Amino acid sequence: MTPEDEKETTRRQKARNLVVGGTLLFFVILFYAITIARIGGQAG
Amino acid sequence: MSVSANNSPVTAETSEPFGVPAPALAAEAARSMPADWRDFLTLTKPRVLTLVIFTGICGLLAAPGSIHPVLGFTAILAIAMGAGGSAAINHWWEADIDAGMKRTANRPLPSGRMRRDDARDFGIFLSLVAIGLMGLANGWLAASILAVAVVYYAVIYTMWLKPRTPQNIVIGGGAGAFPPMIGWVAVTGEITAMPILLFAIIFFWTPPHFWALALFMKSDYAKVGIPMLPVVAGEKATRRQILLYTIALTPIVIAPWIIGGTGAMYGVTAVVLSAVFFAYAWKVGTRTKIEDDQMLPEKRLFKFSILYLFILFGALVVDRVAAYQGFTGLGLFT
Repeated sequence: MTPEDEKETTRRQKARNLVVGGTLLFFVILFYAITIARIGGQAG
Repeated sequence: MSVSANNSPVTAETSEPFGVPAPALAAEAARSMPADWRDFLTLTKPRVLTLVIFTGICGLLAAPGSIHPVLGFTAILAIAMGAGGSAAINHWWEADIDAGMKRTANRPLPSGRMRRDDARDFGIFLSLVAIGLMGLANGWLAASILAVAVVYYAVIYTMWLKPRTPQNIVIGGGAGAFPPMIGWVAVTGEITAMPILLFAIIFFWTPPHFWALALFMKSDYAKVGIPMLPVVAGEKATRRQILLYTIALTPIVIAPWIIGGTGAMYGVTAVVLSAVFFAYAWKVGTRTKIEDDQMLPEKRLFKFSILYLFILFGALVVDRVAAYQGFTGLGLFT
């Protein structure tokens, strides 16, 4: 693997980590919101 | 370049130092790298997803009853994820076919930018998460229909029937017909005549829509051996089928109004759109191709068919929302 390839690999890994991290954070918030919505629905 | 069964990109042989062809080196380097996240996004077929999301939202909004905005958003997200997951499985299964067609040769798998197994695993994971999410947020009936839709598209259509029958598009239309039904069931929790009619509308709309495209893209499909109707049965039979499916579509599109599921606003829109659609289909169905044909009527029918579906489902939502909001009392929509 050339130095350019290694640089590109690092860039892609970093970008993928950010996307996966962002997606996980989004789902944490979404599941919290779903729980609140469903509890609210049952209470009503 | 194509991809062989063992996931190795097959490249044109050229003589290079050390006996390794340059394109092979480039492809090898690309495959040894992790795929770019944008390639994963491409696997979900974002352009197709726009129609899936649109019809899903329409089913959700047109259904009687109300849904919490968070649960409504989750339902649409799950529909989109399920459709995206099955599209990724489709990419995995059809990588060899995609490599042979100009339109699809640059996709992540045939171009060698991604490992084939990664696409399969991504598709299965995305589909399972979508089904679980739908079940937890919107009930297991909607989740079950989503699961059927995923299996229908990824297995029954893509793996089994698409390469075997010229009626593949008719069967494939069923996969695209699920989203409004799932959106509806996410709200109501039951399957009634209306969601079945919404399913039927897209099911019968798909053949004339796609065969119009297949008529002017025929050479591409013929090259990779997919038994598209124009390739197998010929243009004349395809044109006749386009006309027949358009005729069958008309009463189904008007049926929601006839059975009282919608108001006159949807009904009038459906009648007018059906008349225009029939006129375009008649032109395509009754003509014979001439030399150096630009296939303009086929291209017009294809473009109008997309507009047709957007306007029809848009009218359905406006009609239903107006009725639920009580605007029908003004006499505007009844």
